[in-house]
Amino acid sequence: MSSAYIRPRSLAEALDAKAQHPDWMVLAGGTDLMVNATHRPEPAGILDLWRLPELRGVTMTDVLTIGAGTTWLEVEHHAAVLERFGPLAAAAREIGALQIQARGTLGGNVGTSSPVGDSLPVLLAFDAELELASAARGRRRIPYREFCTGYRKTQLAADELIVAAHLRPPATRTRTTWRKVGTRRAQSISKVMGAAFIELDGDVVTRARVALGAVADRPIRIAAVEQAVTGLALGAKAAEAARAALRSAIKPIDDVRSTATYRRDVAENLVARFFS
Amino acid sequence: MPRIDGVAKVTGRARYLDDLDAPGVWYGATVRSTVAHGVLEAIDLDPGFDWSRVVVATAADVPGQNYIALIENDQPALVAVGKPVMHVDEAIALVAAPTKELAMAAAKAVRPRVRGLPAVFSVEDSLAANEKLYGTDNVFKQFMIRKGHASDADFEAVIAKAAHVIEGTYYTSPQEQMYIEPQAMMAEWRDGRCHIVGSMQCPYYVHKAMKPLLGLGAEDVVITQSVTGGGFGGKEEYPSMLAAHVAVLAKKAGRAVKIVYDRDEDIAATTKRHPAYTRHRLAVDQRGDVLAIDVDCVMDGGAYLTLSPVVLSRGVLHAAGPYRCPVVRVRGRVVATNHPPHGAFRGFGAPQTTFAYERQIEKLAIHLGEDPLQLRKRLALRKGDTTATGQELGFSVGTDEVIAAVERVAGPPPVREGTGPNGEPLRRGRGYVFYFHGAGFTGSGESRLAGRATVARTTSGRYEVRSSSTDIGQGAITIFTQIASQALGVDASLIDVIDPTTSLVPDSGPTVASRTCMVVGGLVERAAKELREKLPSAPAGEEVAVTMQYEPPPGIHFDDATYTGAAYPCFGWACCLVDVTVDLDTYEARVDRCVQAIDVGKAINPVIVKGQIEGGTLQALGWALLENIVYREGKVANANMTNCIVPTFADAPDLETILVEVPYPFGPSGAKGVGEIPMDGPAAAVANAVGDALGCAFDGIPILPEVIAASRARWS
Repeated sequence: MSSAYIRPRSLAEALDAKAQHPDWMVLAGGTDLMVNATHRPEPAGILDLWRLPELRGVTMTDVLTIGAGTTWLEVEHHAAVLERFGPLAAAAREIGALQIQARGTLGGNVGTSSPVGDSLPVLLAFDAELELASAARGRRRIPYREFCTGYRKTQLAADELIVAAHLRPPATRTRTTWRKVGTRRAQSISKVMGAAFIELDGDVVTRARVALGAVADRPIRIAAVEQAVTGLALGAKAAEAARAALRSAIKPIDDVRSTATYRRDVAENLVARFFS
Repeated sequence: MPRIDGVAKVTGRARYLDDLDAPGVWYGATVRSTVAHGVLEAIDLDPGFDWSRVVVATAADVPGQNYIALIENDQPALVAVGKPVMHVDEAIALVAAPTKELAMAAAKAVRPRVRGLPAVFSVEDSLAANEKLYGTDNVFKQFMIRKGHASDADFEAVIAKAAHVIEGTYYTSPQEQMYIEPQAMMAEWRDGRCHIVGSMQCPYYVHKAMKPLLGLGAEDVVITQSVTGGGFGGKEEYPSMLAAHVAVLAKKAGRAVKIVYDRDEDIAATTKRHPAYTRHRLAVDQRGDVLAIDVDCVMDGGAYLTLSPVVLSRGVLHAAGPYRCPVVRVRGRVVATNHPPHGAFRGFGAPQTTFAYERQIEKLAIHLGEDPLQLRKRLALRKGDTTATGQELGFSVGTDEVIAAVERVAGPPPVREGTGPNGEPLRRGRGYVFYFHGAGFTGSGESRLAGRATVARTTSGRYEVRSSSTDIGQGAITIFTQIASQALGVDASLIDVIDPTTSLVPDSGPTVASRTCMVVGGLVERAAKELREKLPSAPAGEEVAVTMQYEPPPGIHFDDATYTGAAYPCFGWACCLVDVTVDLDTYEARVDRCVQAIDVGKAINPVIVKGQIEGGTLQALGWALLENIVYREGKVANANMTNCIVPTFADAPDLETILVEVPYPFGPSGAKGVGEIPMDGPAAAVANAVGDALGCAFDGIPILPEVIAASRARWS
């Protein structure tokens, strides 16, 4: 590789560099960059944020804040994540192999915004908030549900960097769940994955957020399912309502990894299972 | 005894081809066809590229004959202008440059112009022969076995008398070897000789191919195997192609040139297991004894003949299975298509036909309402019985031992219905197979090869084993050391198994066909024993060497014309049990348990033998459930490790390996072949188990979740 390269020492330096070189590729952990090395044109330059201190770490106050430069290994071993954000820990454990989890970061997963990004449905289900920053306009926060705008397209401006994600912990009567269906049992790319955040009064669903990955051009929330199950008690009826609502809500595709029919079937089964 | 090469490999000290460098070495890259079938009209060079810094080679630069010598000489090293392009990713031109990056950039600036022709991607279209790819009928090779009948009419008369006829057509998919080290080769010309070193199974195959291609005599081509990271058959024939490329580039560049394939290029361009369609009819009488077996197997050979006839031969010779049957008809054909040539892969045709016959036996058990393992036990070949080719089994038949070993550990079948950790409904099932694998070269092959191996005491007083058998991870160096050590009566630390280099070792035959320990190890044992006898009278300080040549065991004769006689010196025997769980939410079948009891004659190094069996078993389980080469218009659409799925350890079930030893009297210490046999059976065991779980038949592999989902209407 002969790309230009900058490794800023602070977030301020990084934002300046991003403003100066909006077309450069950001290296968060490098796991996508390395895969792309032999397949895609060399980037004009590389802005290396690896281990930038201001982007690292997980903190738990009334919300969970994950710095964009935090690795998945750090996420999956954090006590608060394990205790209250089970689906996020589970998703983190499914990202590549241990070596990838030790390099791959939350910011990388969110920034690449692949429709099969393993953590992304969890961020949707938890209604995460993203914190973005630029040298010119300072910091701003947006709901993650508004972030993805198309196939690997996001709201991130050319001069912006992702700083952190904020997730509110579930209340005690909340069922949170996540399931990935990949091409094998480890180191696989998802064919379908789903996450749910289900608030309950007794057994009755008072509010639900359901998100799927690998069934559209981006990770998506399924409003039709969320509406269909609200007010129903968990069980066969809610499961069938969820299944029926999903049926017309997604249009998955055929590709080398799977088929549209399979993705639709399994997505229905997963979503039904979340509410049964 | 621990593996001799083990520490160097796990500590990274072993030097693979990519670690080797010659002074001033350049890097090669390959310009490949993007068209499946056509005529190469021209090779254009981008005028915007600076060609002064690189070397470009085409078919015109091949010093000798432009073909890869194998069975037929139909495959060019590089497609010549005016000649046909037969498959996507066929090599058209080569470039070499001081850096890999420059070589890749140069390769992109070479623009072949190909006039497209209609392409053939299915065996049906090939057999229809509207488009002629090979001869008049596109059939590379056909074999026919007839036992107990003179004509098709006689045969059908037997079928007509049957109480039951079980019939099915079975599909097995292409499979990628996925050796850990991609194909890699380096060539250098010195003093008119061409020295080629690289990752390979068969140095003398490369030697044979390079002589006509480079126009050199035997002495002027020197082939050396470098430390090789796996082969599984994938480095049996393909290395000759890569050797040709680096040799031609090195000659033109006037310096050493190496090529190490990128993984994606390796998956896209090199050989896979032959996909096969096998139609099978099994006719039984009222008691359920087999009256007749009828098999018609068609394999997709891809664009060139390569090793397809030999793969087909092994498939045909195993197609009737290890069952007693007086009347057998087996027809096998391998046909030309515009896929990249399919080739050698562990099992070599036998896994394809084994899948078919073990699905058939399972269906017979279901039809008769008989326990599937007891049925196999009742029908199995034993000592004194004859195979489909009329070979009388005189020794080393482990049928009863392997079946009993599985019966002992089987335990009760899994509970059929259950619930998983996410609340998903589960179905469980069990499958059995019983199978065999001919050890060593097919038919008269071993006699024709007349492999040789040498054991010497050198002037330094140490001992050398010289053979062209390569260690490709299977443990050949360790096994030969053990055999020589025991036969010579000297400590293993005094023995060197030297690196295979054609100028230093005799031709022991290729490292294939489960023959390295059994056949070449046998030569090493004989040579070492004779050397031991000679040494007391030999003058000290002089080299004393003994070379042995293969001789078939008495009574082993095969007639190639009629396909009758002793197809193999002996067989390995195996019984396998597989328990599966199917997740009804995701339609994924998972193997929970796999028991393999395999008769290996004698396990010279039990740890290595178990490793061979576990690896081969996992490869077979992957083939059954996960592995899928997706061809689109003749191109491998999933040519990367992300999408060309092979099992990880997380996918590996609990593997229980039981070594059974029914000695082969002509193998070293009684050993017979083990490398391939574990690959043959488990796929059918998985299909049988998934069928048991869901109550419906699965007659093709891989049994992907998508396939199980689509079968829902057939579940019981």
